[in-house]
Amino acid sequence: MLASLNARALVLSLVLLAVFLGLWEAASPKQQLAGELTEYELLMGGAEPKAAVPPPSDVIAKAWEELSNPFYDAGPNDKGIGIQIGYSLYRVLTGYFLAAAIAIPVGFLIGMSPLMYKALDPFIQVLRPISPLAWMPLALFVIQDSQASAIFVIFICSIWPMLINTAFGVAGVRSDWVNVARTHELGPLKTAWIVILPAAAPTILTGMRISIGIAWLVIVAAEMLVGGTGIGYYVWNEWNNLDLTSVVFSILMIGVVGMLLDTAFAYCARLVQYQE
Amino acid sequence: MSTPFLSLQNLTKRFQAPKGGDALTVFENVNLGIEKGEFVCIIGHSGCGKSTILNILAGLDEPSEGAVIMNGKEVSGPSLDRGIVFQNYSLLPWLSALKNVTFAVQARYKSWSKKQVHDHSMKYLEMVGLAGGAELRKPSQLSGGMRQRVSIARAFAIQPELLLLDEPFGALDALTRGSIQDELIRIWSGSDQTVFMITHDVDEAILLADRILLMTNGPYARVAESVQVEIPRPRERANIIHHADYYDIRNHLVEFLATRSKALAGKQEEGSVAEPSIVRFGAHGVVADPKDNRKPAASQVE
Repeated sequence: MLASLNARALVLSLVLLAVFLGLWEAASPKQQLAGELTEYELLMGGAEPKAAVPPPSDVIAKAWEELSNPFYDAGPNDKGIGIQIGYSLYRVLTGYFLAAAIAIPVGFLIGMSPLMYKALDPFIQVLRPISPLAWMPLALFVIQDSQASAIFVIFICSIWPMLINTAFGVAGVRSDWVNVARTHELGPLKTAWIVILPAAAPTILTGMRISIGIAWLVIVAAEMLVGGTGIGYYVWNEWNNLDLTSVVFSILMIGVVGMLLDTAFAYCARLVQYQE
Repeated sequence: MSTPFLSLQNLTKRFQAPKGGDALTVFENVNLGIEKGEFVCIIGHSGCGKSTILNILAGLDEPSEGAVIMNGKEVSGPSLDRGIVFQNYSLLPWLSALKNVTFAVQARYKSWSKKQVHDHSMKYLEMVGLAGGAELRKPSQLSGGMRQRVSIARAFAIQPELLLLDEPFGALDALTRGSIQDELIRIWSGSDQTVFMITHDVDEAILLADRILLMTNGPYARVAESVQVEIPRPRERANIIHHADYYDIRNHLVEFLATRSKALAGKQEEGSVAEPSIVRFGAHGVVADPKDNRKPAASQVE
């Protein structure tokens, strides 16, 4: 009872993890190579009669193998996990920052001008609920390049939370602070830079954090469709190979990278946070 | 009579009713003149439009009718010639106390070097007792009194021709209020600043002001009286209460707030005098301005 809350939570997490892995391991059927093989098993080359989800020990062994050499490249369908994740991150970040470059200025415009808000709102409301993957056929036809289409899908899915949060943050800047800018005769650019941007920054960063989360969700599906490279393609390719150990391992890696991205944005959000 | 430094001419503010009904007239035909270097306080009940007058002077709001003339020019829009201190401090919470002052000084004196701006800002922060590390803190890390000191330092640092104070001490406890009042008066007497201040505190008004404007209740509020405070300066909180006029003035103000602000309220008669009647206190007690055609309450007449 003397330990801090964090320490106790850590212990509990580890216990839960151990219980979960233990149950999983126990539930996985054992390989039966020790005994004599039946004729059927001989025909099947000693493989299991039914494919099963691999036990965690196999996944850990696979992870060790993959992570000890993450950047090997042995042909189109056999690249290290590091290279695959690298491709996915490249697409996500390119599409994402293109979206930010448009969403934040346009969000400023919408937030500062009620006219622009009313004029653009119907478009945003119609475009926002469209599943980003629905754009894929159109993107493939227009852009005629599967890589650029994947980037476009990321762009279109990450633009909305940033746009809406920027507009919301800018429109919600306290009138006191805007009055401070007015009474000090700051021009529109200076007002935006000295007062509105810092005041709206926490809301903008929240939008950016939501967007990067969505972009990382969408890239997996997009890469399953466009194929070639990337973590999404890797998952699908290993499924086609019936290598479930790799599938489970890559699912975990998707989670870990997503968490790292979110942590990075949470850190940035703390930098611009202010207390009233 | 020469034109005063600041004059409010037939200032009127009406708010349009939401569905085309009769407009709500907050105040009407406010006529005032304020001389350079004068310290003027305005007192009145909530809702009489004091803050609206101040916002119009600041250029943040516009009158429905009438105009404000400062230095021979009509006020339109905010300007660095008019500094403002709000009750809620209005500091930018993501900037340190020092940065809150330097950005203002930089805006005022665009040609100054970084060092000049810094030194000038520090001079004013030191005047209000913020130095030795406190100036590097964010507003959220400062007490209410400290925040208001930063706000006052910012307003004085841009050296405006007119300083507008909107209940600057309203949110502070009595002890802090007292010490900041002393600082305010000290900085003001070292400058030729004109000050227009809203307050609810009668004692504060007598301590600080050369002249106290009394507003009737709204709607159709107006500045009914202008009370001259001729107690000599420097005034000390401890001694001022012993001055012969102090309680006469104080009673006059309290009595106005308690009864006459209500009695004089309402729509003005056509053709009545729009200028406030001037009230003086001296050896002979109350001397109402002879121009005044509204009879002061019976007890006020000699």
